[in-house]
Amino acid sequence: MLVTEQHRLTEDIGAWVARHGASQASLIPVLQEIQAKYHQISEYAMQEVADRMGIHPVEVYSVVTFYSFLNTDIRGRFVIRLCRTISCDMAGKDRVARQLENDLGIAFGETTADGKFTLEWANCIGMCDQGPALLVNDAVYPHVTPDKVAEIIEQCRKVFGPLAVHHSLANGRREVRS
Amino acid sequence: MTGAPQGLLTFAAIDADAALAAALATSRAGILAEIAASKLKGRGGAGFPTGVKWNLAAAAKGEVKFVVCNADEGEPGTFKDRVILSEVPDLVFAGMTIGGVAIGARRGILYLRGEYLYLRSPLEAVLARRRQRGLLGEGIGGGDIAFDIEIRMGSGAYVCGEETALIESLEGHRGEPRNRPPFPVDTGYFGRPTIVNNVETFACAAAIMAKGAAWFAAIGTERSTGPKLFSVSGDCARPGVYEFPMGITVAGLLAAVGGEGAKAVEVGGASGRCVPAAEFDRTICFEDASTGGSVIVFGPERDMLHVAKNFMEFFVEESCGQCAPCREGNAKILEGIEMLEQGRCSARYLSELETLGEVMQCASKCGLGQSSPNAFLSIVHHFRDEIMGRTASRSS
Repeated sequence: MLVTEQHRLTEDIGAWVARHGASQASLIPVLQEIQAKYHQISEYAMQEVADRMGIHPVEVYSVVTFYSFLNTDIRGRFVIRLCRTISCDMAGKDRVARQLENDLGIAFGETTADGKFTLEWANCIGMCDQGPALLVNDAVYPHVTPDKVAEIIEQCRKVFGPLAVHHSLANGRREVRS
Repeated sequence: MTGAPQGLLTFAAIDADAALAAALATSRAGILAEIAASKLKGRGGAGFPTGVKWNLAAAAKGEVKFVVCNADEGEPGTFKDRVILSEVPDLVFAGMTIGGVAIGARRGILYLRGEYLYLRSPLEAVLARRRQRGLLGEGIGGGDIAFDIEIRMGSGAYVCGEETALIESLEGHRGEPRNRPPFPVDTGYFGRPTIVNNVETFACAAAIMAKGAAWFAAIGTERSTGPKLFSVSGDCARPGVYEFPMGITVAGLLAAVGGEGAKAVEVGGASGRCVPAAEFDRTICFEDASTGGSVIVFGPERDMLHVAKNFMEFFVEESCGQCAPCREGNAKILEGIEMLEQGRCSARYLSELETLGEVMQCASKCGLGQSSPNAFLSIVHHFRDEIMGRTASRSS
């Protein structure tokens, strides 16, 4: 890690700890901030958080490794989580999964070489009546079919990269019918 | 039947402000008596009487108490809380405030599952509006009552829907359930008396204050009162959220959602039980087939072994790993299912797996572990012939 990057991370952690509080009750909110901005919680970050909260770094590590949305290794800018639980499974999640793998060129659990996409399974995301469903970061996509996969990925690429000007993920988000 | 109307019927018609005003107009004892008289039971699935829980927390000694709303809706097939929080968030926050007044708490926490992060900013906006309107903060309703609510996000752990694991998570730890007793009502968040209730339970509490305990208790059955929201998914024509009185039969529900001809229905999600077609006259309520709302319909073509495998994969992933029966047992049952798939499981070994499941039900530390073998056991019980003697691995 470059010294400047490390410096920035240190400053960010300092600001988040100041905002959420320096007690262990604030540990998860601070870790969530780190994960959202840096797409990982590095050893350095864990040590830094532990120092500021006055707890053992092992305690921080044990928490980070417990929760599936907190990760020690780096994830992509867009984390795609396809629901694999029974209702989405019966609605055809396997075909969507195959197409995601084909279009991204990675398997589940992997991140693309450019660091843009991570593909993961999710356990029931509460969209059982509108499956197969997936999450791209915090945006939810119901009724996904294999032919829609490329479109979803393209939307992400527009938010990120040379074409990113006026697009945001929120604009591309589908209406969540209740 | 051409189908029942979808969505929130009762909750949509209730004025959250009137509910809170009614609660503020009565005493703490009055609120507790009203909730107890309604015979409301927890909507998350366990069905603990809300009146008893609130009374215990109200009677617990301590200046500092907490109200926690469990919005860690992770049970497979459950999505009613997502709809409640999207459509009637004020009713939930009014219910939490009423709970706070009843037990003497000044702080409420909504623990929202990480998968519902997209609900956070709309909910924060609702909270801000309530603060502006004097419905949260100091001097609620012009009196001397203070109560405020903050939102905390989960991070993708099913077990955090268990109340003590949820509290551990709020305190900044791994979501590992605690021993109970002591119960959260006297030793909860940071050791303080805490009520942890489901989203729908708080909405029900507000509805009860608005319309009265007698109205609520008149709906449903003797021991399962009130309307209940069901999250219906799977092989049916009209999946979605439905409201029915407690005590509806499985067949009645299937007719309403367009699921006639189903082979089986999973009532209560992965931790619930599988009801075969022969038992569709059973009723859905706490006395019979109990559910936090999850109803998953399986059509005639479904392979029930595949269903069981999906549920067991879920539990192997989501077990917190703290106690051996759940951590090792779920992995062992999944391995057994793979043997069944390949047609390599003897009847004797299958009955050993059933015994293992029974051991997990009584020896696991928390509700997750205790209920994790339910789906497998009920599928083995009702579909033994279908799952045994496979000659080649089927794919469904």
